[in-house]
Amino acid sequence: MKAIITVIGKDKIGIIAGVSQVLAENKVNILDISQTILQDYFTMMMLVDLSRATLPLDELKENLDKTGESLGVSIKLQREDVFKSMHRI
Amino acid sequence: MLNSYEIMETIRMIEDEKLDIRTITMGISLRNCSHPDGKIARKRIYDKITGLAENLVRVGEEIELEYGIPIINKRIAVTPISLVAESSDEEEYIEFARTLDQAAKDVGVDFIGGFSALVHKGYTEGDQRLIKSIPAALAKTERVCSSVNLATTRAGINMDAVQEMGRIIKETAKLTADRDGLGCAKLVVFANVPEDNPFMAGAFHGIGEPECVINVGISGPGTVKAALEKVRGERFDLVAETIKKTAFKITRMGQLVAGETAKRLGVPFGIVDLSLAPTPTIGDSVARILEEMGIESCGAPGTTAALALLNDAVKKGGAMASSHVGGLSGAFIPVSEDAGMIEAVEKGSLSLEKLEAMTCVCSVGLDMIAIPGDTPAETISAIIADEIAIGVINNKTTAVRIIPVPGKSVGEIVEFGGLLGRAPVMAVSNYSSTKFIARGGRIPAPINSLRN
Repeated sequence: MKAIITVIGKDKIGIIAGVSQVLAENKVNILDISQTILQDYFTMMMLVDLSRATLPLDELKENLDKTGESLGVSIKLQREDVFKSMHRI
Repeated sequence: MLNSYEIMETIRMIEDEKLDIRTITMGISLRNCSHPDGKIARKRIYDKITGLAENLVRVGEEIELEYGIPIINKRIAVTPISLVAESSDEEEYIEFARTLDQAAKDVGVDFIGGFSALVHKGYTEGDQRLIKSIPAALAKTERVCSSVNLATTRAGINMDAVQEMGRIIKETAKLTADRDGLGCAKLVVFANVPEDNPFMAGAFHGIGEPECVINVGISGPGTVKAALEKVRGERFDLVAETIKKTAFKITRMGQLVAGETAKRLGVPFGIVDLSLAPTPTIGDSVARILEEMGIESCGAPGTTAALALLNDAVKKGGAMASSHVGGLSGAFIPVSEDAGMIEAVEKGSLSLEKLEAMTCVCSVGLDMIAIPGDTPAETISAIIADEIAIGVINNKTTAVRIIPVPGKSVGEIVEFGGLLGRAPVMAVSNYSSTKFIARGGRIPAPINSLRN
């Protein structure tokens, strides 16, 4: 299963490192990554592959939430199909 | 990879603009549950519902988690109980309502629809018993919703039933007087009722439907309003185009969720209902869309035209996004469930008569309207007759869900709570329609050519 992870918040040192660490620990593979400052916010988007993930989805999301809290950013994980079906015919 | 603008747009629609899937409704046929012994019929009904819908809530929650899109309600619609209970020898069907209530509770859904009868041309014995049981059934259950179809364009209007439903609505309000007539919020009468509507209170599983089916109702007034804010002052061509594009995106979500739910539950996908369904939450209002188009307050002149444009553009955008469209598919204008409508009534810019005019160009009809508790049953019947006539003549669905709030008068506020919201009691004409309603009989089906 492929998913999009979005990280939005105030820019600071170590956001990418923090998020990537959670993903690496749980065997989530990063396929693509882009980062920008959008409307004054640090915005990072990752395409990840969850097929070898060692945690169930709800626990992984919880872990990401905790990491997000400590970094002061909001982290969302959603299946890629949501975005594809909305924006691609 | 998708570009960041697209990803951010989707996230903003969900986070800030309250985009959600309003309901996943499982339709279940109970036709094979009939039995001369009511107890056996009810056991069959309970077993069938709990068997088929066992995983409905779990699958809905799984999809919410994976896709990150809220699914507000998971619900069940069943074959009209008048058809299922009819072969039993029981005189009243309250026990059937209790069974539905228990089944809904045990599978964890908030509403179950189908305590219903279709009497557009006349009553069977089962229809009569069911309708007589409605007030007590709604008072004694928590999750059961009831609907009665009173007319179709092909059959005309059953005015005997219109007359009776005025009394039934009053009686339902009386039996739930301790909850401000809440029973009436779970009771709706129709003209041209759709068989695959996923929205309550009017959902039931029609007789042309398969054994079990998944229908999905979308939402998203907040998203449409936000899109229109970007074209403020532009010509209507661009307004219509903007709504179409937004409706397309909203509906694609509905289609995705519908397909995935059906696949995981192993039942066929039925339809996506393209209705813009508001909630009492700020920022989730259909009235605010009309106001964004330039109407100072919902109900002012121009409101009907604005609603017509909105309703049509939503359908045009949504139709391409879904493989099967059905149900009610039109903007909803329930007063108590729409913060903008509530405010408009309180300000005096929106009246019952204007709401009636608005229902000519959208679904679903006079919805969630509180009226004074002392309104005569005949006046309620006459309001129903007017609304139903609009549906019959215009070949569309219309409905009435009206609450004569016991002990309350014009201007007072009724709190129903949750998704049912709060409603200011609206003024009703004091002139009598008693002699009109007393006639009974049927209003013949209209001619369908010479359309003016």
